Amino acid sequence: MLAPAVRPATRVDHLLIAEMVEAGSRVLDVGCGDGALLQLLADTKQVDGRGIEVSRERVNACVARGLAVIQGDADRDLVDYPDDAFDYAILSLTIQATRQPKAVLEQLLRIGRRAIVSFPNFGHWQVRATLAFTGRMPVTENLPEAWYVSPNAHLCTIKDFADLCRLVGARVERAVAFNASGQQLGTWIPLTVHNLMGEKAVFMLTRRWAG
Amino acid sequence: MNTANPREFLAASKDPRVLEAQTPSSDYIDVPESRPLRLDCNRLLAPYRIAYKTYGKLNAARSNAILVAHALTGDQHVASCHPVTGKPGWWETMVGPGKPIDTERFFVVCPNVLGGCMGSTGPASINPATGKPWGLDFPVITIGDMVDAQVPLIDHLGIDQLFCVIGGSMGGMQVLQWASRHKERVFCAVPIATAAWHSSQNIAFHEVGRQAVMADPNWAQGRYLELGIEPRNGLAVARMAAHITYLSEEALQRKFGRNLQDVAAKTFSFNADFQVESYLRHQGSTFVDRFDANSYLYITRAIDYFDLAAEHGDVLANAFKGTRTRFCVVSFTSDWLYPTRESREIVHALNAVAANVSFVEIESDKGHDAFLLDEPELFAAVRGFLNAAAEKRGLEPAREGRR
Repeated sequence: MLAPAVRPATRVDHLLIAEMVEAGSRVLDVGCGDGALLQLLADTKQVDGRGIEVSRERVNACVARGLAVIQGDADRDLVDYPDDAFDYAILSLTIQATRQPKAVLEQLLRIGRRAIVSFPNFGHWQVRATLAFTGRMPVTENLPEAWYVSPNAHLCTIKDFADLCRLVGARVERAVAFNASGQQLGTWIPLTVHNLMGEKAVFMLTRRWAG
Repeated sequence: MNTANPREFLAASKDPRVLEAQTPSSDYIDVPESRPLRLDCNRLLAPYRIAYKTYGKLNAARSNAILVAHALTGDQHVASCHPVTGKPGWWETMVGPGKPIDTERFFVVCPNVLGGCMGSTGPASINPATGKPWGLDFPVITIGDMVDAQVPLIDHLGIDQLFCVIGGSMGGMQVLQWASRHKERVFCAVPIATAAWHSSQNIAFHEVGRQAVMADPNWAQGRYLELGIEPRNGLAVARMAAHITYLSEEALQRKFGRNLQDVAAKTFSFNADFQVESYLRHQGSTFVDRFDANSYLYITRAIDYFDLAAEHGDVLANAFKGTRTRFCVVSFTSDWLYPTRESREIVHALNAVAANVSFVEIESDKGHDAFLLDEPELFAAVRGFLNAAAEKRGLEPAREGRR
């Protein structure tokens, strides 16, 4: 019934997330944008999905296509949800745009039994090279805006994010990095190489603390 | 004027407003004395009547019913000609064949609220104990009472669970109350341009309106019907003041500016020189032609008393504990009567119980009244939400080309 018009090519990180999520589970997608991931999860995994999105226009478009989405943002609205409200709390290419990434990650781990976080890797060699050789903030496919219009406030590398996970007591169940052509890097490759070759990364986390 | 036998006087009345209040031209049910309504004020009301209109067909599974709850001065004539004014239904942009609330797909029920004046029992109805119009002897009712009074209607129609309850403003309050008091009977709920409690400023505006009515000598302590008079001026002023709150400064400025009405220059008098004055006077006078002054007092009071959080230990989330209803909360950017932050409070409470909730804020400069007007984003949201909910409920898909 929700006959999709021409759908843009599905993002590789979305496909991976769809593979991680168990069928029929309860999912919250924080920063759900146009609802592409929620739609993918509904179509392929029959999830009970909800979304939060900051842009009013995108929210209205999501609701008009039948997705359960509210206008809100990660910094302000996650505190309302009860513990373990969802099987998965997903933050897809959004954490770098939040005001308080640490607090947001802690909230995700509280309201979801699992948290799935994807983010652009600021440690990617192209980013490093641009900064090293031009002396300017990089503008890449994953970081398309100039620094003065970019919503990204807290960019990090894969190593940085792994440190944050340790800091908040999250267990990394799975971590996957994608190279520039959208291929997953092998898990046998050391973290340092992931951090150099990965353009974006997807982490699946659980909390270590009880409850 | 016949003060000796008001029942006869009312029966003989040629005033279509009085006739509709006594014997509605729409359908109605009379709830018998054996099923009294326990009001929130702790009085019992029985028998009582609920007048209603239906549109579309109830399906065999009785699963496609949508209850439309009307606002303060609305009534059951949501999508058909009004019997007193002859005007089109008040929500024909939303309800009808092929509309977002598609009457070719859904069975739409719209009751006149308890306390109203279009055939449901209210202060203009005859009090069986005295044979006179209830007037101020009518008990003070609440939004909860309005909703509870609709339950026997839904039973009468053979509907276990409403597919949807939808409404704006006071209609939205009824939606919230339905979803709170009768959780199992509401599959999805769409509260529009509303709040979980009535703010101090809104109570203040209502009080101005009520005082205007009561200051009219023709109000006669609420006994105007049996005396054959009516407080036209008071009710018109109440409506004028209220109408301002339904608009926005921007909309008023755009529509009227400082334009003069039918005069070339200021007349240095208190005539309606300005278009906006003329417009408000018109709003006032057409309103009194169709509405009962005491109903206005009772219904505004019910709205004032509405506070869903207070009913649940001051925690709004408790009102929705255990809910399985799917919600779509809607607000408008320029609505200062029920601003977006009040809708957001409802959303936060629903999040706190992990309810299935959508929330859209529609950009409009038309103020509170936007929910009644041509707002394509509103229609798209309601249509999309209802389609998705209908799919979950296992209703037949919308016909092609109707999306």
